[in-house]
Amino acid sequence: MRSRKPLALFAAAAFVLAGCGGGGGDASTEGPVTLTWWHNRTTEPMKSKWQQIADDFHKTHPNTSFTIEPIQNEQFQTKVPLALQGNTPPDLFQQWGGGALADQLKSGKLADITEASSGWIGPLAKNADGWKVGGKQYGAPYLMHAVGFWYRKDVFANAGITSTPTTVDELNAAVAKLKTAGIVPIALGGKDRWPDAFYWAYFAVRQCSVDTLKKAVEKTELADPCFTKAGENLKSFLDTKPFQDGFVGTPAQQGAGSSAGLVANGKAAMELQGDWQPDVMQALTEDKELASKIGWFPFPSVPGGQGDPTVMLGGGDGFSCTTRAAKACAEFLGHLVGDDVQKILAETNSGLPVTPAGVAALKSEPHKVIAAAMSKASHVQFYFDTAFPTKVGQALNDTIANFFAGQGGPDTIVKSVSEAAAGNK
Amino acid sequence: MMSAAITTRPPTAPVPHAPAAGGTRRRSRLRTRLELALLLAPALVLFVGFVMIPIGVAAYYSLYSWSGFGPLTDFVGLDNYVDALSGDVFQSAVGHNMIIAVLSIVVQLPLSIGLAMLLNRKLRGRTFLRMVVFAPYVLSEAVTAVIWLLMLQPGGFVDEVLRAVGLGGLVQLWLADQSMVLYTLFLVITWKYIGFGVILLLAGLQGVPAELREAAALDGASPWQTTRHVVLPLLGPTIRVWIFLSVIGSLQLFDLVWIMTLGGPANASTTMAVYLTDHGFKRYEFGFGSAVAVILFIICFVFALFYQRFALRRDTEGAVTSGVR
Repeated sequence: MRSRKPLALFAAAAFVLAGCGGGGGDASTEGPVTLTWWHNRTTEPMKSKWQQIADDFHKTHPNTSFTIEPIQNEQFQTKVPLALQGNTPPDLFQQWGGGALADQLKSGKLADITEASSGWIGPLAKNADGWKVGGKQYGAPYLMHAVGFWYRKDVFANAGITSTPTTVDELNAAVAKLKTAGIVPIALGGKDRWPDAFYWAYFAVRQCSVDTLKKAVEKTELADPCFTKAGENLKSFLDTKPFQDGFVGTPAQQGAGSSAGLVANGKAAMELQGDWQPDVMQALTEDKELASKIGWFPFPSVPGGQGDPTVMLGGGDGFSCTTRAAKACAEFLGHLVGDDVQKILAETNSGLPVTPAGVAALKSEPHKVIAAAMSKASHVQFYFDTAFPTKVGQALNDTIANFFAGQGGPDTIVKSVSEAAAGNK
Repeated sequence: MMSAAITTRPPTAPVPHAPAAGGTRRRSRLRTRLELALLLAPALVLFVGFVMIPIGVAAYYSLYSWSGFGPLTDFVGLDNYVDALSGDVFQSAVGHNMIIAVLSIVVQLPLSIGLAMLLNRKLRGRTFLRMVVFAPYVLSEAVTAVIWLLMLQPGGFVDEVLRAVGLGGLVQLWLADQSMVLYTLFLVITWKYIGFGVILLLAGLQGVPAELREAAALDGASPWQTTRHVVLPLLGPTIRVWIFLSVIGSLQLFDLVWIMTLGGPANASTTMAVYLTDHGFKRYEFGFGSAVAVILFIICFVFALFYQRFALRRDTEGAVTSGVR
């Protein structure tokens, strides 16, 4: 017996209400302006940091004030399309860039800040590329992210593993040693799907040349045979059964039984995750010494692959401006990537600063290692689900997750992209 | 009866105390209408604004291929409906909803009746037991889902309890086994909603006069016969309402699945509403999502109509006709 709100109606109502927003002023203002700011840092310390940064900005720029609305990460997926369809979208909002940004452009409400950002975008270098569409800048990142293996030094030592794996063969050997030692080699939060996608993406990044990767994103297709080969490599890796039992039902970040929780509590040795992982793990264990027990290494190279082993998989947190107050908004974005704010962000360990000055201010040892790997990388591949248009990226993630659950093959994954791009459901 | 009453009086015959009463009757009719308008208007406005119009708009969106941004330009007719109805994942989602609905009736109903009868007897700590049975229903669905998600992980609380009581053989990969996950979810649903059924049926049992049972007992009926032939038939209306609510709930099952499995692994627990959210919101395919929403709405609506017509009619007959003059 269930009694819940009729979802179909609810969803329909949401569609309609979006169209009923009141009319907002459109003039690009020079006078006093209040920016409505949607960000995704709903927890401390970042929540108060953003407030502080906005307050400080207001002191030096009295004409600009803020209405800040911290919004839960997952809600952006639904709130942003509805807001952009209405007449009063926020003036700046969380933006992950890539294909979703290109989708949002169709609303006509996003501000082109190419000119407004020309004074401060330089130090960001390649980091700003993900927020460009057709050569124009539609937002900017304030922190970058990168994916790699987090591992427990103590568990590796107990299993007799003396150095971190640099090739997939070495990774397989480490997995075998950890199994012999009776510990889960790698934890995976397969329920949430996106952690599965990291593996396929890295096998693709190691198998395909940088040019091929760029072309694939540009054309929204995985035509090159290297992508199928990547799936085959992934299959061989899955066949070694490196993950915990029932990983397809394991959440990534909730509770001690999640993949992050397993590593945090020493029940698994490694996890392929983003730079944000230390904070996630710390929240799931009583062990106050955790930070000293974990280390990081990049995804190992794949023998025979044409991919550059320095290439990293990642993404970033940024903001886009809407047209109403684009000028003030772009000025504020410039402030966020300025040295002062970047240094503050570096100390929070919640990502990698976007400018060299910020990177130099990093304190945490693993984050320094990740930032160094990022600066050495010949290319940073955006997560494919972000790089592709949203419907394609999600279809790809779902197909990869099904592959991890034993359904479909390497060619199914490749096909899912062209089919989703063609509009097939 | 009404027609009989009218024909007994010749149509031309003067209505008794006509002239004086005519004015007051007209005035009172006007007043009734005013009252009706006043009382119904707010609800009607809300209903039209938040139910009828959104349904219409969703139906309109469903005819377009639309990412949710910009104007609707790409008219695709019924393509979205064809895509949804012919897709494997949506078909299996409908199947999962049906399985949950059937299981609810087959498993939860007898369980609810049994518990309600037990809790209807005079026994020690009855109020406390009733509260215990009802407690999960009070929990929010999201909280329930997160708690069970954590408890059902391999080696989690559920596994440990089973092993501690010597039932380690029953341990499963509750949420990871594709042939198991739907039934695991059904167990959680049962845990969560059994209390509602029990409370509803307890209320129904209060309506069964004690005299009838006593009379049956005096006539030599066994407790089983009394239950079967006296209590259950009198519980009929309550049971039929419960089945209605249960089936509609099963068809719209969402929150629990979304939080516990996201419909996985490999769509083994996807329901229609999960599919709708996954393809409508997550993939920015609002036209397609609207089509799925409309399909879900039609299925629920058709079921509701048929159920009202064939199953609930007897129960509501008195209520509806006694108000009509």
